Amino acid sequence: MEKVKKKIGSFSFWNWVTASIIFRLILIYFPKNLNLSSRPEVSTPLTSFRRLAEGYWLKQSFMSPYAGSMYHGSPLLLSLLGPLTINRIEGQPNHLLYSLVSVIADVVSAMLIRATGQNLRLAYLRSLESLDLVKQIEVSGDIAALIYLCNPFTIVACVGLSTSPIENMAVILCLYGACSRLIPLAAFGWVIATHLSLYSAILIIPVIFLLGCGPDSPPRKLFLQRHQQKEVLNQSKLPPRFSWGPVIHFAFWAFLWSVYVLVLCGISLKQFGGLWEMFKSTYGFILTVEDLSPNIGVLWYFFAEVFEFFRNFFLIVFHVNILFMILPLAIRLRHRPCYLAFVYVAICSMLKSYPSVGDSALYLGLLGWFVNELADMQFSLFLFCGYVGVSLLSPVMHNLWIWRGTGNANFYFATAMVYACLQIVLVVEGVSAMLNHDRKLRNLITGKPQDAKS
Amino acid sequence: MVLLQRPHILLLLIDTHQFLQCWIAFGSANEEGQQQEEFSEELLVKPLPDHKLLAHFHFQSSAPPSTSNGCHHHLFPKAISQLVQKFRVKEMELSFTQGRWNYESWGGFDPISSSNAKPPGVELWAVFDVPQHHIDASWKNLTHTLSGLFCASINFLESTATYSTPEWSFPPASGNVRYGTLPCEAVCTENLTPWLKLLPCRDKAAIALLLDRPSLYRGFYHSQRLHLTSTESSSEGIDSGIILEQTLTVVLQPNSERAIEVHASEKHVQPSWSLSSIFGKQVSGRCVLAKSSSVYLLLDRGLVAELKFPNKENGKSAANGLTSENFWSNPSFELSVNPDRIFLEESSSHSKSLSILYMFQVEKYSESEPFDIGLMWKVPVAWLCQQTPLHASRFFMGSGNERGAIAISLKSTQFTEGFMSANSKDGSCELRVDVFQVVPWYVKVYFHSLRVFVDQQPRAVSDFIEKIHVSPSKDKMSPGVMEVVLKLPCRVNTAALTIEFDKGFLRIDEYPPDANQGFDIPSAIISFPNFHASMVFLEDDSLNRSPLLSKFQEKCPVMSYTEVLLVPLTTPDFSMPYNVITIKCTVFALYFGSLLNVLQRRVAEEERFLKAKAAKKTGRLPLLLSKLSAKLRGSGINQD
Repeated sequence: MEKVKKKIGSFSFWNWVTASIIFRLILIYFPKNLNLSSRPEVSTPLTSFRRLAEGYWLKQSFMSPYAGSMYHGSPLLLSLLGPLTINRIEGQPNHLLYSLVSVIADVVSAMLIRATGQNLRLAYLRSLESLDLVKQIEVSGDIAALIYLCNPFTIVACVGLSTSPIENMAVILCLYGACSRLIPLAAFGWVIATHLSLYSAILIIPVIFLLGCGPDSPPRKLFLQRHQQKEVLNQSKLPPRFSWGPVIHFAFWAFLWSVYVLVLCGISLKQFGGLWEMFKSTYGFILTVEDLSPNIGVLWYFFAEVFEFFRNFFLIVFHVNILFMILPLAIRLRHRPCYLAFVYVAICSMLKSYPSVGDSALYLGLLGWFVNELADMQFSLFLFCGYVGVSLLSPVMHNLWIWRGTGNANFYFATAMVYACLQIVLVVEGVSAMLNHDRKLRNLITGKPQDAKS
Repeated sequence: MVLLQRPHILLLLIDTHQFLQCWIAFGSANEEGQQQEEFSEELLVKPLPDHKLLAHFHFQSSAPPSTSNGCHHHLFPKAISQLVQKFRVKEMELSFTQGRWNYESWGGFDPISSSNAKPPGVELWAVFDVPQHHIDASWKNLTHTLSGLFCASINFLESTATYSTPEWSFPPASGNVRYGTLPCEAVCTENLTPWLKLLPCRDKAAIALLLDRPSLYRGFYHSQRLHLTSTESSSEGIDSGIILEQTLTVVLQPNSERAIEVHASEKHVQPSWSLSSIFGKQVSGRCVLAKSSSVYLLLDRGLVAELKFPNKENGKSAANGLTSENFWSNPSFELSVNPDRIFLEESSSHSKSLSILYMFQVEKYSESEPFDIGLMWKVPVAWLCQQTPLHASRFFMGSGNERGAIAISLKSTQFTEGFMSANSKDGSCELRVDVFQVVPWYVKVYFHSLRVFVDQQPRAVSDFIEKIHVSPSKDKMSPGVMEVVLKLPCRVNTAALTIEFDKGFLRIDEYPPDANQGFDIPSAIISFPNFHASMVFLEDDSLNRSPLLSKFQEKCPVMSYTEVLLVPLTTPDFSMPYNVITIKCTVFALYFGSLLNVLQRRVAEEERFLKAKAAKKTGRLPLLLSKLSAKLRGSGINQD
């Protein structure tokens, strides 16, 4: 009976996957990609398809792709995706090949999310078993993969020809590798993700925890308490202690891959400005927030308005804000490295200089892994409505301001502000719900009545 | 006694000094042969087809290379020679223009229009004779100097985002050129006065007397230009010779009294004019410092063809005869003053008819007998000026404040067909067009989106673009420059280049005070390097050649400027900085505070547990500390 149910479940899963792919293909065949590729929500200066094409054109005409202030992506992306920006097939929509690459990247990401989710679930079931707290856990991997595939944000980013599906795939690859202990793969994913967007660098902390003590589990203290209660110390049932071996292995591979990537970049930029120019116009561009074109983040308007002599101060404050939270989160959530990764990704996509909906798509997809743990999360309906509202209002405000000239910049900035607040609520409530979930587990084990306040 | 003698000594000193100076100057003039500083002034008047009148003032001063005169000059403006020596300017041109040259009715294929039709506002280019890495510094200093000299905001050209380095499409092709324009600069009399100060006689005598401000600025177009060329100094210690050429080109509407009286039937008769009626002044006396001062009246090819001079067939002989009555008393018009000389153009390949130049020497006239020529039309005449091979115009496409496209469209003029048929010897006839376009950095051009349309059909870019040079814009650093060489078939009717762009977003302090007015995109320069606008006039004495006529003989490529475009950019709310900073910081504080709160919050039961733990764990050190503090407190109390 259960098998049949599972079969039906998996059957409907594949149905959903094909449906989402077909939906993407239909959208691709719309004329001009529904103008999605020039929407500020989809294409930021870092992920814009037109800038990629411009960079490729400059490179083809023997100029440095970073010669103007147009292209700010990786030179590897230029070599891999650049040719697809000009290849045209007669009778087919422009950039069909590029769109297909995006679709494939999305599907691969979804599959990796699914596999990681299943891994996580198995590991979690095992640890719950060892705590004698077995309960039915739904197949969270499938849910996460479907959330990722059917999320309108993902679809828009994919059809809008932005490079964020590729960036997201690198991040997911890194997490997948770390979860399934494929250390070279994890290192590769991490290096590529960092190379494509600087912010992914902080994922090294969850990856180290994943490799050091394994995937998400209840706090280690609970296991010890449980065994003290039972007065039998079964070492095999305890989660392993932190082991440095895989971490060193990871560091070695990460070093190897980064040298490899840098050498490749150096070769492709040999006749131009070299690696220094690349760092200046990719990482430097991210850190100094030079482009003030509107996006769904809040930094553009801030730096358009702020006085010149405060600019550097605020640049430091906003970037350090990301770093400030790394340590407290790592201490509190060290037993749940995947959840830690989710929180980091969410914080980055909230505070990064050029956010796009592709970044939101990534962390919303990862959120799907924790549907069981976050079942008690507060404000989930409010958040859902907020996301829907902002994604409807934001284009309207943009249209009023830019195209009709009837609104002004404050209208659009207000929606960006609301969006930032929604993400703050999501992160704070998510962390709070996860900590409460741990408390609940401990109360179950110690047998104490549940605290009314928690 | 001593006190009395002192003034004498001083006088003596001054005398000897002056004498020495004169002697040195005289000696140097002798040393260099007969070369001396020269100044000449000329005025060219030309009737235009649309009932308007072109007046072109040409003042030329030259300082020959000399060894010793250093900063001393007789006629040459000191400010200019210092500027040339300080910044080692090889060639420079500065123009102040208001109004737009109407290429369609005022012509574009003659020396006057191709070198004096300038884009609106200020245009400055300079070639420097300094090492590559000093050029930008020299340019910066030059802009500041010129800005002070001409009371204009030329100093805005100092920032690297406003000027560019044309590689090869700009005429003085060399790597040391810097080119900058200020399209929105308003030009008025405060720019003209310092310009006139450079003339030895200012506007107090002879031709410059005609520069009456109200009548000049009432015109449809006026462009004052300053062009200087310094000749290479052959050896050390010799200052370079400088030729300073100042021109003022105005297009005016002659409003003769007769024009009001004329009947409706005579509407098409060109208005009659005289110098005193258009400028309100007459040329009285001469500038004694000028080598020559003369006034010319030019009837261009099209007009001459219409007028049908009686002895046009044997024009050459007439030019030799010079005093042929037929040339100036014509059935269709009448000149009030007899010309001193008449020049006929040498036959050119471009056109069948030849233009005629009447010369009047101002020297002959005095204050009691002022010079004033007038031209009275008797019959209606209609003609066309010679046009550029292709008429260029430029416009924006798209709407909204996010993105758009610039289109440069080229339309063939009637002139082209006639010329092409004459010029195409073998079947493959090609028309070369150079396009030079500078875009400011806030117009972010996608060069990969360059499209070519020939005869309204989209065509492959590589088929028509022979050469392209692009230097993409860097934010706040340098403007985008595009130089394209187009090879179009001669039979082309229309051609268009389009290129897409995104509009940039600036910080609030980068917007000018009138932010919603928009930003100007400088004119594109369209040049036809295979066509040369030159007019060669038959002259008998080549030694005593007039600078204006020798200027006409120079082969300069035909050039035209497109319109200046005004691009509106979105503005942020200028009143918001404090609100944005506070709101944004509040949200960040909210994030930081609430997340930290969640992370370190402990529920009541945990709190109790921790307290108990703390109590149990109280070791020796805390105990000691508490004792110490108690003691300290106790002693503090005791001391009180």
